[in-house]
Amino acid sequence: MSDITQSGPVLAADGRPLKRSLARALRMQKIRALMLIAPLLLFVLLTFILPIADMLFRSVENRIVQDTLPQTVVAVQDWDADSGEAPPDAVYEALAYDLVVAAERKQHTRVGTRLNYETPGISSLFRKAGRRVDEVGEGYLKQFAALDPAWGEPQTFMSVFADPEWLASRAGAGDEPPFQLSETAHDALPKASGAYMNFARTIQEEDNDSPAEEEPWAPVYMALHSDLAANPQAAQAFSGDAQRLLQEAAALIESGQMETESARDAFVKMDKDWADPEVWRTLKTYAGKYTNGYFLNAADLQKSPDGPELRPEDERIYGTLFLRTLIMSLAITCSCIVLGYPVAWILANLPSRTANMLMILVLLPFWTSLLVRTSAWKVMLQQQGVINDTLVWLGLVSDSDRLVMINNQFGTIVAMTHILLPFMILPMYSVMQTINPTYLRAAKSLGATNWTAFWRVYFPQSVPGIGAGSILVFILAIGYYITPELVGGTKGVFISNRIAFHISQSLNWGLAAALGTILLVIVLALYWAYDKIVGIDNVKLG
Amino acid sequence: MALTPVENQTPGFTAATAAAAGAFFGLFVGTAQGSGLLGVLIGAALLGVIGFVFAGLTDKETPLRWLLVAVFAAAGFVLGGLVAAVIGALFGWFTGWFVFWIATSRYRAHLAPYLTPGQVLWHYTFRVICGVIFVFLITPILVVMPLSFNAQDFFTFTPEMLRFDPEGYSLKHYRDFFTNDDWQQALWNSVKIAPMATLLSVGFGTLAAIGLSQPHVPFRRAIMAILISPMIVPLIISAAGMYFFYSRIGLQGTYFGVVLAHAALGIPFVIITVTATLVGFDRSLTRAAANMGAGPVTTFFRVQMPLILPGVISGGLFAFITSFDEVVVVLFVGSAGQKTLPWQMFIGLREQISPTILAVATILVVISIALLTTVEMLRRRSERLRGMSPS
Repeated sequence: MSDITQSGPVLAADGRPLKRSLARALRMQKIRALMLIAPLLLFVLLTFILPIADMLFRSVENRIVQDTLPQTVVAVQDWDADSGEAPPDAVYEALAYDLVVAAERKQHTRVGTRLNYETPGISSLFRKAGRRVDEVGEGYLKQFAALDPAWGEPQTFMSVFADPEWLASRAGAGDEPPFQLSETAHDALPKASGAYMNFARTIQEEDNDSPAEEEPWAPVYMALHSDLAANPQAAQAFSGDAQRLLQEAAALIESGQMETESARDAFVKMDKDWADPEVWRTLKTYAGKYTNGYFLNAADLQKSPDGPELRPEDERIYGTLFLRTLIMSLAITCSCIVLGYPVAWILANLPSRTANMLMILVLLPFWTSLLVRTSAWKVMLQQQGVINDTLVWLGLVSDSDRLVMINNQFGTIVAMTHILLPFMILPMYSVMQTINPTYLRAAKSLGATNWTAFWRVYFPQSVPGIGAGSILVFILAIGYYITPELVGGTKGVFISNRIAFHISQSLNWGLAAALGTILLVIVLALYWAYDKIVGIDNVKLG
Repeated sequence: MALTPVENQTPGFTAATAAAAGAFFGLFVGTAQGSGLLGVLIGAALLGVIGFVFAGLTDKETPLRWLLVAVFAAAGFVLGGLVAAVIGALFGWFTGWFVFWIATSRYRAHLAPYLTPGQVLWHYTFRVICGVIFVFLITPILVVMPLSFNAQDFFTFTPEMLRFDPEGYSLKHYRDFFTNDDWQQALWNSVKIAPMATLLSVGFGTLAAIGLSQPHVPFRRAIMAILISPMIVPLIISAAGMYFFYSRIGLQGTYFGVVLAHAALGIPFVIITVTATLVGFDRSLTRAAANMGAGPVTTFFRVQMPLILPGVISGGLFAFITSFDEVVVVLFVGSAGQKTLPWQMFIGLREQISPTILAVATILVVISIALLTTVEMLRRRSERLRGMSPS
């Protein structure tokens, strides 16, 4: 023994220490395995995991209000939603500036739709306002033009607001660069330059027009009026014609001879609901970048001044729907266990030749198109269908009162039990195959009755199969869409059908994403349980 | 193989059992004709007499059974024409078989000798229950097939069909399928999408499965969970996520988008089947190949690939059928230009319900039988190659 002990570490053939050499080989092996997996992992991440993540993000995302109505969102923050009064005029003014841009970009209806999910009626409010918002400030436009016809000229605004460098650069050939504001105008006339900037950029982008050839919208005049009223000395910052024009206008405003016009009155004239504090409360509540509103909605809750509260009785649908989905999935799972257990037992206990023949009867439905099976059930279950015809022929049911077996919960449960039954039988079968039949005989020879032998000896050993099959069937059932859609009618639909409805018909994607997220969490919890009980590696097909 | 020595039953027992069966069938026929009670009585009496008489004539079994078939067929023909004759003949055959099965105690022969009569009864009751469940499994598929030859636009058997009248049958729904532009376009789309998706999932999936079955893979469980997830996540959620995300990046409503989505859905099946094949793979084969001077690429194509090919092909078939049968995801990710066969069927079932669907369904069933047979043969071949006896 002593002649093989060496001083120092054991060396590999190339002279390195064996330990390090082995570690290196192991590392190489790991890297090679990961390299083989990497392309698929990347593919699944890109095509599948990212979309799911996107859905999760969408369930809390709420940027549309802030993106479309930035000034309004800022202005409305100072308003006390509990005051019971409509917000001050400044908020309406900001709304006019935002809305005229949004209307030109045709985004106002999207904000309207978004807020309509929370308070019905807002959608039409925004639609109407979008058509007429360019009239807000019309009075100012007329008075400015009457003061000096130059106020009707696009060039006047150019000389007041445009950045000289930008003016120089647009003189060159080619497309007009994006409009730039001059520093002077920005400092002296903050509101008006903001409004004009929006105007210039919008018509550049939306209409491919030049601000140098277009007369500004009426709200720009309103902003100008408001700036000059706040700071009559603003004209000092300018020179030449611009200074003269602004001075004249400021003088007129100071003298009180310019008729003022309230943005609030203009909006209320369009629709009296604009004076409703409830509308503004909704806008203020959903002004944030992120919202839990969709989730609250999905849980039949709504926001209120004192935290989330339950919706009125007649608006609670999702709780019922989730509960129904769970109960029906459970019913389907139970009927699959009841029907699948005997079949799995007989398949596992027959001679293998016969069992293989009978296995085809299980596998054929498994391989047959889902739509084929659903259409078959539709054919069989309908009132003029095969089952009713047979029952009538046998005299068990009279021709006048044929059974209603479709477009209700019964139809959904029957069809889905049939569709999911192979998923129950296959895992049960593979577990039962491993149960040694001699245990049962041993129990009986020790005096157990049939029932005791089955219940105390066989059944406990088959429980893993039942568990695996049940979780699989339950997971599949809870997210089913096609079959409930086709045979479920109104009473037999699942939460998936509601999700699909929100994606393709009501277009409330946020709510669809929130409902989907809740469903996903339930399924992932079950998936985790399945992995603990069965192990993902042990999933078998066919 | 007889486990238990048996002797013939007494005529009384045979008659009683046969009478019970007769009462059961009589109940149905009786209710169909108007009086259940009368049917029970007539059925019980008829089969009871047959049982009693035949129990003593067990040596003339074959001629007697033919006689029963002929008599019941004739009776059926007199009562209700051709269809009733066929039903009568079947019933006659069953009666003959059942009576002699009881009378000669054949039912007892291959059961363990220590079973009590109750246990024997339960044994057969249990088989009948299983039979009913098998019927439940297979009937919907079998019902669709004859109905697809219906000459009428009905979804049920017409009187002509039940009379086996050739007038009642036609191929018009098949003709509609093969000439209608909507259906042909849908078929063509399916044929274009499914193979591409299969190719993608098989290509990536096989590589990854080989990687996953190496002895040392870090994060194996987590990676497996991610790769299997498209099978577990409900389709409607996958569809919603893909719809949102693909419309962000401009893939929504494109052929490429649908192919990518279907490939992702098919991957778990490839991973599962190929890793299952690799479990039984003998690693010393690759070492032997390396020992003889083959590079990794040669080893893969000449040694490993031929052995795992059955698994790869059946994984591919699973991926193919997943894509070919998929409707939820394509409904959202695709646009009208990618309308596949299942989509067209879905529309057909939901809106303008037309029996052409049944013709398509029959064609699809035939295709799935072909695929099932292929997979089964591949599985056996794979087990034979790996030296396991086919089970």
